[in-house]
Amino acid sequence: MGKVFAFHGGIHPPENKKQSTRTPIAIAPIPEVLTVPIQQHIGIPAKVLVNVGDQVLKGQMIAAAEGRISASVHAPTSGKVVDISMQPVPHASGLSAQCVVIETDDQEQWSDTQGLADYTALSKPELIDFIRDKGIAGMGGAGFPTDVKLHLGDDHIVNTLIINAAECEPYITADDMLMRERADRIVRGIEVIHHLLKPHHVVIGIEDNKAHAIRVLEEQLKGHPLNIDIVVVPTKYPSGGEKQLIKLLTGVEVPSGGIPADVGIVCQNVGTAAAISDAVFDGKPLISRIVTITGDAARKPQNFEALIGTPFDTLLEAADVDRNALSRLVCGGPMMGFTINDGSIPVIKTSNCVIAATADEMPPAPPAQACIRCGMCEQVCPAELLPQQLHWFAKSRELDKAKHHNLFDCIECGACAYVCPSSIPLVQYYRFAKSEIRNEEAEQRKAELAKQRFEARLARQEQEKLEKEARRKARAADAAKAQAQKAAAPVSQPASSEDELKKLKTAAAVARTKLKKAQTALDKAKADGGDDIAQLDLQFQQAQQASDKAAAALASAEAGQTDAVKPAVDTKQLKTAAAVARTKLKKAEKALASAEEKGQDDLDALRATVKELTQKADAAQQALEQADSGTSAPAVPDTKQLKTAAAVARTKLKKAQSALALAQEQGADNADELAKTVAELEAKAATAQAAFDAAESGSSSAQPQDKTADLQADVDKAKQTLEKAQKALTAAQASGSPAVDKMRAGVEKLEKKYQDAVTALQAVKGSTEKPAAEPELDLKALKQTVSIMRTKLKKAEKALAEAPDDAALADEVARLTQSHDEAKQAFEAGEAKQIEQAAAQGVDLKQLKIDAAMARAAVTKIERAIKKASEQDSDLRELETELVGAQQHADKLNTTLSQFE
Amino acid sequence: MSLIRITSPHVHKPASTADVMRLVLLATIPGVIAMTFFFGWGTLINIAWASLLALTFEAVCVKTRARPVSFYLKDNSALVTAFLIALALPPFAPWWLTAVAVFVAIVIAKHLYGGMGQNPFNPAMVAYALVLISFPVEMTRWTAPFVMLGEGWNVAGFNDTLQLIFGGWSNTADAFTAATPLDEMRHRGGLTTEEAWRASAVLANVGAWHAVSAAYFMGGIFLLYKKIFTWHAPAAFLGSLAVISTLFYLVAPDSYPDPFFHLTVGGTMLGAFFIITDPVSSATSNRGKIVFGIGIGVLVFTIRSWGNYPDAIAFSVLLLNLAAPFIDQYTQPRTYGHKQAKRGAKEKTS
Amino acid sequence: MSTVVIAICVLLGLAAVFGIILGYAAVKFKVEGNPIVDQIDGLLPQTQCGQCGYPGCRPYAEAIANGDAINKCPPGGQSTVEALADLLDVEAVPLDAVEETVKKVAYIREDECIGCTKCIQACPVDAILGAAKQMHTVITAECTGCDLCVEPCPVDCIDMLPLETTLNNWKWDAPRPGIELIATDAGRGTEQRGAA
Repeated sequence: MGKVFAFHGGIHPPENKKQSTRTPIAIAPIPEVLTVPIQQHIGIPAKVLVNVGDQVLKGQMIAAAEGRISASVHAPTSGKVVDISMQPVPHASGLSAQCVVIETDDQEQWSDTQGLADYTALSKPELIDFIRDKGIAGMGGAGFPTDVKLHLGDDHIVNTLIINAAECEPYITADDMLMRERADRIVRGIEVIHHLLKPHHVVIGIEDNKAHAIRVLEEQLKGHPLNIDIVVVPTKYPSGGEKQLIKLLTGVEVPSGGIPADVGIVCQNVGTAAAISDAVFDGKPLISRIVTITGDAARKPQNFEALIGTPFDTLLEAADVDRNALSRLVCGGPMMGFTINDGSIPVIKTSNCVIAATADEMPPAPPAQACIRCGMCEQVCPAELLPQQLHWFAKSRELDKAKHHNLFDCIECGACAYVCPSSIPLVQYYRFAKSEIRNEEAEQRKAELAKQRFEARLARQEQEKLEKEARRKARAADAAKAQAQKAAAPVSQPASSEDELKKLKTAAAVARTKLKKAQTALDKAKADGGDDIAQLDLQFQQAQQASDKAAAALASAEAGQTDAVKPAVDTKQLKTAAAVARTKLKKAEKALASAEEKGQDDLDALRATVKELTQKADAAQQALEQADSGTSAPAVPDTKQLKTAAAVARTKLKKAQSALALAQEQGADNADELAKTVAELEAKAATAQAAFDAAESGSSSAQPQDKTADLQADVDKAKQTLEKAQKALTAAQASGSPAVDKMRAGVEKLEKKYQDAVTALQAVKGSTEKPAAEPELDLKALKQTVSIMRTKLKKAEKALAEAPDDAALADEVARLTQSHDEAKQAFEAGEAKQIEQAAAQGVDLKQLKIDAAMARAAVTKIERAIKKASEQDSDLRELETELVGAQQHADKLNTTLSQFE
Repeated sequence: MSLIRITSPHVHKPASTADVMRLVLLATIPGVIAMTFFFGWGTLINIAWASLLALTFEAVCVKTRARPVSFYLKDNSALVTAFLIALALPPFAPWWLTAVAVFVAIVIAKHLYGGMGQNPFNPAMVAYALVLISFPVEMTRWTAPFVMLGEGWNVAGFNDTLQLIFGGWSNTADAFTAATPLDEMRHRGGLTTEEAWRASAVLANVGAWHAVSAAYFMGGIFLLYKKIFTWHAPAAFLGSLAVISTLFYLVAPDSYPDPFFHLTVGGTMLGAFFIITDPVSSATSNRGKIVFGIGIGVLVFTIRSWGNYPDAIAFSVLLLNLAAPFIDQYTQPRTYGHKQAKRGAKEKTS
Repeated sequence: MSTVVIAICVLLGLAAVFGIILGYAAVKFKVEGNPIVDQIDGLLPQTQCGQCGYPGCRPYAEAIANGDAINKCPPGGQSTVEALADLLDVEAVPLDAVEETVKKVAYIREDECIGCTKCIQACPVDAILGAAKQMHTVITAECTGCDLCVEPCPVDCIDMLPLETTLNNWKWDAPRPGIELIATDAGRGTEQRGAA
């Protein structure tokens, strides 16, 4: 071989390489602080393995590769991790990225690393894994993780291995110096790559301006057993571009959108080969590289072997850069490099050169003139594109046309912009158009996904609706069936079945409806003074009788049932009855109130009704309570019901109290009566509470924590009630209301109740906390309290903002703020404790939470995938296994999580 | 330290558009000298007058379009247009003819289309075609080369020429005028080419025109050497013109002049190196330029042989300017890594 | 007489032939569904935010196909209005709301979330993950930024945060035209642009 082909275009910019090759590679000083970015390569960022404060040794892995395309990162020297944070990194955007900051200790203490005595003893995957562990990434340009390329032998036939030693960009001499001084390592690295890829032929492509390096390499390869050729190519930019070098050396073109391996070629940089040699034979991970520091502002331009993470400033210092003359700091070569504006940006695995340019050397580009379509760009384009057409399209944002003109085959080499007589920043136009197209495509994908998800959601909702409808229908059908059965069965078995009871109830209800209708008709007729009153009256009485009968039947049946084996149902019914009674009572009360307001004559009658109803309601309630106490003793759920009852009682009480307050303020006549009602209600509420407490104390031992929460809520509520009552009292006192004494008594009662609640809570807590050894606050409740408080506070603040003069509101806000803060404090304290607890066991609670959520999401995803797969009946098994795995993972996380919550 | 952030590349070839235009102007010098040598001061006066007008019109247009004036004047493109118009017009063209031509070229053909880089037609050729159609008498009154004039006669002196151009036409001036060789060949009546050669004084002295063409050719080679344009368009144009005229000459030597005549008279050489190589209005890819050149060659021969106008560069160039975008769409180069070149404006959206 | 008959016959014959051709074409080149709705839907940003007054992008697409205004989509912005105008061959009208220039995604302050699931129910694209009494979280990649989840949250713990620029989604800016960079005659050029 040895024949050199040609690629289209190319330019001959001034080389400026001699300046930095006069002195041998120097070892760069170790700075006090190294900033090591965890992503120095294409692909997924590595996962940080160290924590702030850790001592690290030289060569110790500080971030591990994650996923297929990823590279590990190692500590460049020994020291202490002082920070893991966002730091500026060498990137055209000037953005920051996650970095591990290491304070060096000048010890250079190596971690325990060992080279391989005989790398051929390892299996290929093991050897590649070994290289992967050393964090080797392409050192030429993009920083592609090397192990991925070394795997290419698995599924491609690799005929030719090309070692890229062209180094075509002006100024850069890092590879040149490496070849001059360390050719032996390069050759050993090539041997390792050869072992892994087994190519028929190895070609080292090198530009003819590196005569010294060519001589050294030839010397080194004399008598080498492998089929290694050195092919000298004419100096022309961009012959070092992977695709261009392949074309130069083999005459083959890499298909658009493909990789060299598709045509049986793998390309590796000389620097990468040397790094592989270091890793395999010395066990040295990629922790340093050769960087050219050059440019007119550097008084001592030369190459340095610098640790990864060394700030550029350190190197500029070492090269004696004249800060006053420096106008542009280019990272990389002058054709494709990017400017950086911060000297603290660190060296990374792909930093081959830093040009400290003066203003004369790289003057700012003059303003772009109009494109005259001179076609010079087209003549130099190594990808044979029509750069000026692409420029027009990018400028007018005709992105689809740009894409059609093969914009994505542009390698951004900058040759077109170099020759452009109108100084148009062509490369920036292409980069802009490319990122715009990528962005558009990503958005399109996202929109498509959103559409799919939206449609899936609609379908699901529709499905749910249908299912609900179907269930409802099924229930209706069941009911109809039951009805039919019942109709068939004899009526005289009241106590035997629930259905019977239901039926009776229905009958009673029907009777009542009829009665009501009759009543309405009768009333109407009476009002209208119609003739058929008598008849209607008769009808009404009949209906009433029927209704009474039905009711009686129902009552007896129910009574029978009460003794029967299903007491729980009964309580429910009793409760309903009680509720009905209460509702009636309420209505009557309302009617009474309105009547009172209007001063109607039938006040007494109404009052009597109310009293009657109250009695009834009480009776019902009593019955309920009896039933409850009869049935609930062993059962836990009852406490809940009791609680509800208590809560209801309290609510009533509150209402009554406010009514009372209002009445008192207005000095109404019925204030006394109301006060009485309030007292009654209070008593009731107290009883309910007591019953609840009793029940709870019985059951609380079983479920102490929940109870605590409930109690806590109770306490809070009681407190609130108390506060309100106190306020009302103050108001009453202020207005000199006569009912102040009574109110005061009420408040005192409430206070007592509050105390009771607090005591109860403490008692329960005491009982529950003993086993827990240390006090555990109910975080969730606290959190909820905080949230509620915040919402309230926000609302109040809003109200205040609307009415800033309102002193009362201001007070309220102040109060709320205070209580919010208190609650938050309590919550935070609790949470801190929790986190501490968790941390003590080495678990980050938040992380755990998120992990759990993620794990759950994974489960759902896999489930969905299974559903889909089951339709196609493929990969099912595999997915199922995955699902089980994910579920286990999720469960495990959930369990861990629940331990801390 | 204040460092600038700027996109790559960070080094540039020191050639600018203004430099390119300056080189084109330099390349016209041999032609200008030859014209002056054979036809007198008229060419130089025309160039000066056209340049003055072109810069003025350019400045006014740029100012009206609210663009930076000095920035645009410095790119020399208006000067190139002015030179080409002045070289294409007869040396004794009256001042108003040049003014009309320059106005049309700069204002209408260039700035109304969006200015530098946006004009679909070659401004100089638009202007030439317009004045050729509008003022046929003035356009066909070419000066006779001094070699044609009898003993004791000389080409008009500087003052006479100024008088002719700015003062107006006088009968004495007729003594200086003659038709162009292409005119003679076209209006030879029933004569064969052979007889025409013998009968016509102009054709007998065609060497003067050959010499001017040779001068343009030298300038063209200089530009080619400087890589201002590629060989594709001129070679395709001259090649196709040569081939087609050879074919017709071989078939009917009595009716058609020989290929050498076609290549060396009229605007052939000026067109080949200074007009069809105008990058703005021609095709862009190399293959496109070849198609573009061939098209012009064929059209030039067609119009010269069978059309009403003696020379055809302007019309051919304008027609092919019209076709340039279309040619571009079908002559895209094959991009690296692609099996085939793409065709057309856009892929059909499936 | 015979000429009249012939003329009628010829005309009838022609009518029959063309009728057959048209009938065949109607069957052969039948257009499935209503592609204009699909095309419109394709141009809409699919955030499903409902700011147009329709419960999602597809219903709005149908409404546009039936003659509704094309300027009711704030997430799509003016570019969408223009694309729609282009598609439907109507005049592009200005957007009837303030354009959302920054892409946003919902973010749940997880410490404050009480696990009420209200946001989950509000999300049109199921991009919120969580269960009752469990902290919820937004799947950022799926979130369309429609902010429909912000309102239902009882504890106001959802923020709409602009998407952060990272190394992975950073974009190159379009170069500034040379004229704008020129110091001499500066201002006039930009003035002109502003006026246009």
